[in-house]
Amino acid sequence: MEKSKTAKYISGFLLLIVLAFVLFLLDLSMGSSSLSPADALGVLTGANNDRAAVRIVMDIRLPRALAAVLLGGALSTAGFLLQSFFRNPIAGPFVLGISSGAKLTVAAVMIAASNYGFLLGSAAMVGAAFVGAAAAMLFILLISGRVKNMAQLIITGIMVGYVCSAVTELAVNFADDSNIVNLHNWSMGSFSGIKTGDTGVMAAIVLLAFFGAFMFSKPISAYSLGEAYAENMGVNIRVFRVVIILLSSLLSACVTAFAGPVSFVGVAVPHLVKALFNTSKPLVIIPAAFLGGSCFCMCCDLAARMLFAPRELSVSTVTAFFGAPVVIWIMLKRDKK
Amino acid sequence: MSDNIVLFAGNVSAGYGKKIIADGISFTLERGRVLTLIGPNGVGKSTVLKTITAQLRAISGDISLCGNDLYGMDEKQRAKLMSVLLTDRISTERMTCGEVAAMGRYPYTGRFGVLDEKDREIVKNAMELTNVYSLYERDFGRISDGQRQCVMLARAIAQQPDVLVLDEPTSYLDISRKISLLSVLRKLADEKNIAVIQSLHELDLAQKFSDTVLCIKDGHADKAGTPEEIFTDSYISQLYGIDCGSFNTLYGCSEPPAAAGKARVFVIGGAGTGIPVYRALQRRGIPFAAGVLHENDIDIPAARALAAEVVTERAYEPISEQSINRALEIIDGCEKVICCPESFGTGNKGNERLLNAAVGQNKIYDKKGLSQ
Repeated sequence: MEKSKTAKYISGFLLLIVLAFVLFLLDLSMGSSSLSPADALGVLTGANNDRAAVRIVMDIRLPRALAAVLLGGALSTAGFLLQSFFRNPIAGPFVLGISSGAKLTVAAVMIAASNYGFLLGSAAMVGAAFVGAAAAMLFILLISGRVKNMAQLIITGIMVGYVCSAVTELAVNFADDSNIVNLHNWSMGSFSGIKTGDTGVMAAIVLLAFFGAFMFSKPISAYSLGEAYAENMGVNIRVFRVVIILLSSLLSACVTAFAGPVSFVGVAVPHLVKALFNTSKPLVIIPAAFLGGSCFCMCCDLAARMLFAPRELSVSTVTAFFGAPVVIWIMLKRDKK
Repeated sequence: MSDNIVLFAGNVSAGYGKKIIADGISFTLERGRVLTLIGPNGVGKSTVLKTITAQLRAISGDISLCGNDLYGMDEKQRAKLMSVLLTDRISTERMTCGEVAAMGRYPYTGRFGVLDEKDREIVKNAMELTNVYSLYERDFGRISDGQRQCVMLARAIAQQPDVLVLDEPTSYLDISRKISLLSVLRKLADEKNIAVIQSLHELDLAQKFSDTVLCIKDGHADKAGTPEEIFTDSYISQLYGIDCGSFNTLYGCSEPPAAAGKARVFVIGGAGTGIPVYRALQRRGIPFAAGVLHENDIDIPAARALAAEVVTERAYEPISEQSINRALEIIDGCEKVICCPESFGTGNKGNERLLNAAVGQNKIYDKKGLSQ
């Protein structure tokens, strides 16, 4: 029976990898000027030297697709970490207000910097986002010690999100006109406008945090039986807490810094992936959630720019449209038990 | 310190922060022994167990596990020596019972927690011992509370501890599972030489399955000893402050308080025939007298707990005139007489005279009437 499980895991991963590859090619080829997937692939391998195609793919679509892959994976991994940590199935970076915390600090730093007339590098943006994300996370953690009820924790998170968004709006009112358009687009959540240079920093942070989470899958699995049992099995709870807070804040911060707050990916994707693999083993689910998040975000990004082209939707609109029903499904499924 | 002592607590105060919940806790636990904590609700049994498992730090006092300071030990090292079964309800998602039980191998597996053949064998044996191997592939969230408890015990056993700590392990279980779980613990102690420390609410079971009993009352260790030393009627009543009803330590059964007032019914009992009638009358709130019972009669404990008055005779003696007269006196003041024995022999011939007197006074009531 162990063998049949392994076979199931392998076929699940193959499915996700193939899906990711197909979506990646579609992401590169579809758009206002359409290329064939073969042409797009040709650009990547160097076989296609058509200058217009190279410019479109390399400068615009590739960074965008890479962002969807990395940030989608980051969101979904962060969601899984938060759900495991709070033992709450609908926890996620957006629902708990962590994304909004990051949004607030990024907006504040952006406005302050532009008032003094200089532009921020991507690393500084991530740093600012990290401060906001970690602050929101710590606040939620403080509250979680007092509320025993899952719903109360989520409501607290949503309220934190509203407060942060309100303060962000307030800050935007004090920004120069020229910045407002930029800020507004960013604060809606979008993978557009990501530059090739950004993808390096993004990849470094996301992959490092993902690797950290993966290496932590054993204690996370022990933690699924509760803190007391985990401690008795030899998990150092203090270290565990710090690591999970750092990793999930870092992942959420990175997403927010580059793409703004993207909703529901973190909540929905881990559950879809758990249903696909029929397990919650972190060793399997952490990489699967990353791949699943990548696929989900590439798919949503495609929809965001293709559905009403040339008008482009914010990616959050699309992720919410597909992600929110999943949350309802999760709650119905839990109540049945 | 002897090699045999795996857990030692010296004058430990347990509690949260600076607030002491229970103090003066001292004991030594040897391999192959079962130590049970008893005491009323809320006296700090769980707090003591949490302190022993290092979930809480002792406010003062020393605890050593296999000769090492409990709090100075490396977590992994401690996990190999001690495992727990807690009262926390755990909710899992898409985890099979096999996976939950296999968590017990945590301290022994590598970086990613992958099980090898030997680990699987240990998990299988543990699950067989607690009778849940058939649930291996079932979702842990979709089995009964009792089964879940047995899977969690299998997990604790798979951790291969020297000391097993259990907080009220029998609470969610039906009577058959209670007995089988405690039998498994006894077996682990006797055959695998594991030391067991647990808290129990079921006094009758605590008495039968423990080597040592530690009683906690009003926030401190009150008394420790063998079950024979602890389980006396007067001490148990005092420990639990029983002022309503009583607890019979010999039979391990609890009785409600007797109905108040002067006896209205006289019950002729003997050899266990009286007990169901006593209970039926008590439930209806009818005060009654019981007699004439020999001191060694099985009806005696229930009669003493439930009757307004009990007329007794010395063991192994025929019923004396004096006892018969006392019984007749009571019958005179009663409305009804219920005669339980079907027949009389040389020992209880006197009771036949009571029956005849009651027939003469037309006071006989058939006990079948009580079961309607």
